[in-house]
Amino acid sequence: MFASIRNRLIIIGLLIAGCIFALVPRTITVRARGDDGVMHDKQEKRVPIKYGLDLQGGMHLALELDQSKQVSADPKRDIELALTVLRKRIDEFGVTEPLVQKVGDNRIVVELAGITDPARAKAIVQRNAFLEFKITDKTRALDKALPGMDRTLRALGVKGVDTGAAKRPSAVEQLLGTDTAKKGSDTTKKGADSAQKSADTAAVPGGVLESLIQSPAAVGGGQVPGEYLVPETAFPRVDSLLSLPEVRRYLPRGVTLRWAASPTSVGVQSYRYLYALEEKSIVTGSNLENAQAQLDPLTNGPIVTFELDRAGGRKFGEETGKHVGDYMAIILDGRVQGRPPVIQSRIGRNGQITLGGKGLQEAQDLALTLRAGALPIPLKIVEERQVGASLGADSIRKGITAGVVGTAMVILIMVVYYRLSGVLAVLALGLYVLFTFGGLAALDATLTLPGLAGLVLSIGIAVDANVLIFERIREELLLGKTIRLSVDEGFKHAMNAIVDSNVATVLTALFLFQFGTGPVKGFAVTLIMGIAASMITAVFVTRTFYLIWLDRRPAMSTLSI
Amino acid sequence: MTRFFAHAKYDFIGVRKYAYAVTAAIIIPGLVFLLVRGLNYSIEFTGGTLLQISAKQVMDAGALRTALDHQGIHGAEIQQFGAANEYVIRARVAKAGSDANDTQATATEVGRALDSVLGKGNYVIQRTEAVGPKVGGELRQKAFLAIFLSFFAVLAYLAYRFEWRFGLAAVVATAHDILATIAFIGVMRLEVSLVVVGAVLSMVGYSLNDTIIIFDRVRENLRKHKKETFADILNRSINETLPRSILTHGTSLATLTALAIFGGEVIRPFALVMFFGVFTGTFSSIYIASPVLMAIEQRWPGPDARGARAPAQKSGAPAPATSGRKAPSLG
Repeated sequence: MFASIRNRLIIIGLLIAGCIFALVPRTITVRARGDDGVMHDKQEKRVPIKYGLDLQGGMHLALELDQSKQVSADPKRDIELALTVLRKRIDEFGVTEPLVQKVGDNRIVVELAGITDPARAKAIVQRNAFLEFKITDKTRALDKALPGMDRTLRALGVKGVDTGAAKRPSAVEQLLGTDTAKKGSDTTKKGADSAQKSADTAAVPGGVLESLIQSPAAVGGGQVPGEYLVPETAFPRVDSLLSLPEVRRYLPRGVTLRWAASPTSVGVQSYRYLYALEEKSIVTGSNLENAQAQLDPLTNGPIVTFELDRAGGRKFGEETGKHVGDYMAIILDGRVQGRPPVIQSRIGRNGQITLGGKGLQEAQDLALTLRAGALPIPLKIVEERQVGASLGADSIRKGITAGVVGTAMVILIMVVYYRLSGVLAVLALGLYVLFTFGGLAALDATLTLPGLAGLVLSIGIAVDANVLIFERIREELLLGKTIRLSVDEGFKHAMNAIVDSNVATVLTALFLFQFGTGPVKGFAVTLIMGIAASMITAVFVTRTFYLIWLDRRPAMSTLSI
Repeated sequence: MTRFFAHAKYDFIGVRKYAYAVTAAIIIPGLVFLLVRGLNYSIEFTGGTLLQISAKQVMDAGALRTALDHQGIHGAEIQQFGAANEYVIRARVAKAGSDANDTQATATEVGRALDSVLGKGNYVIQRTEAVGPKVGGELRQKAFLAIFLSFFAVLAYLAYRFEWRFGLAAVVATAHDILATIAFIGVMRLEVSLVVVGAVLSMVGYSLNDTIIIFDRVRENLRKHKKETFADILNRSINETLPRSILTHGTSLATLTALAIFGGEVIRPFALVMFFGVFTGTFSSIYIASPVLMAIEQRWPGPDARGARAPAQKSGAPAPATSGRKAPSLG
């Protein structure tokens, strides 16, 4: 069937047509977020070759369950749950062709192409979005527990467990340690300054926590029960002290501590609210049905309104009915959002979260994560790669330059050395490039930066099959055979070497594909595609060119090779 | 017609001892060098954080280093990358004392140090890579596994297509190439990244390709020239494939040169490793694979290599005169 030139030309024609068809720019529907923040289906026309993240810019994240704070009872199930939640979130995030995929047993890979704000994307992926509503503590449990906590800390400090503590108490700090509550806002400022020092160096032996955790009344704040203030600079230190199990023991059962999500300015000083709350949540985000970002008509600040499902609404109504006059903290991922509002009457299914001092986009992202649901277990990023779009475009430009220069040199070498036969090889090389790209497009393979390098290199290597054949033909000619016979024998004898050497290269490329990640996988794919295309062009296409040539010039006495 | 080395009759096998000396002179110092200094693994393998930034003005690397030290990140590498105002900052391990998995924190701290030195908005982060040590370890393991397994796959394929002695000789030559390339990477202080591992594997494929071309000719000549010694057959095969080798290596080196010059910083190590690989691959096909094949043939002579022939051969005796005397005249 390959015997006649006509059939050969038909096959080559079909291959070319197939590749061109695969490469024709086509209209693709992409989902993207419009300027109004709503998802739209957009029509886009482009060449259907997929660029890897390193070429088009984007972000690659590998995530695992973070069991350092919360141990998963069933990691297999939790990773599946997390996968579903992430899919929903990313779907609404609005990037073209996002990838959310489980890799192995315990890892999720998220690939977002062409994003411009990586920090935002990371926040959306990592945010747990666990929403809770808790009533603030009215029993002054923390006030009562503080002296005991400080005693323990002092004991620990003597033992040297917390090496940073109780080293160099200054006079001011000792003074503060004894009476804090009575100071006016003037001295509190000084106290905060020294607290800053103490956070850096050492703490007071006489009541570390008592000196740092103040009642809002001390700085002229409001009267929310269970609300405390900590200077922002001392916040990390107090947080780590409070999380010590020895300290925690002093809190009565049913009471828990939560920090505010962001610092608050009182006068010129920055503070962080600390809340003592009833441990039992009145309702959680698992009862959430919908969430939307809006601008508060009164303050013009961003808010997220939410709606609970029927069961959640019933429970919420009952509980809030019981707690009229109390304050309710809205807690997202363990942090209290805004100052707890007072419950004025029974609340039904609808409520709102006020995001103090944040943008509308933040509110939209929060609404998005709330809608998609909470992650069962926090996720940690074990691998992150992020390439800016400009760097990617730069890489493509450089790759193309290298490709053009390299190809020009190869063409020069081939034509100068092999003359007309070299021209045939260059024609075949052109088809080789077409076949490789067509194959990549048809297989929906991804072109990466190493892949691009592999492609450029493969142009140099692709002529090898032609070189093998030409050299063989020359040898046969030197033996005194006729042109036609030499060409036939040349192709026949070179075949073994071509097949064996290419199979060996494909084998190494397959291992590269199996064990490589992202960009390197792309390299392996390009390499395999290139070898297949080079075999077809050298063995089949060049052969056909020769047949046509010899057919047209049967009386040719010297072969231009 | 132009034809380089058309009737070459070089005695490659005869001078193999000198070739061994040359390759030993490259590999042994290279490996000693490696033992002393170790390989320069990229953060993909060690775990850590990489930031590529493009600054508005040329940056004082010393000031950035001080700022990084102040943030608790010690021993970060700051490297100019491409243009004068582009830098790559590598922090190998996460901040001392912090959770080793938390490479994110390191990225934040590097950002803070950059803010203090360059000022916010005076630089653009072009590329970030943050790899936890666990993932790095897995990648390292995978890379070694890939190289190791591809070895056996090729051995098996060659054993199937030729016979086991050819496969063994090819694998010995490949092992030589990998050693030489690793020595090259060590001496050049190239960073061992995934892309470089990819280059090593491609180099393995390229070198094998070259070896197979010669072996294929050996197999053919063994059938054609039953009276010649094995050394003569090897010499004849290498000489006959020489024009092809020159051409293919020439075009490969042409594209690799283009890649090294125009391909950009990320691709340059790949091009350099492959560039070296073309040379070591060519060298090993001629001076390692072929003599090893001869040694194996002498140690384990067998009829399957070339049909019936006298097994005993004088090992080192080169016979350039005999092989040169008769012109190839078989039809």
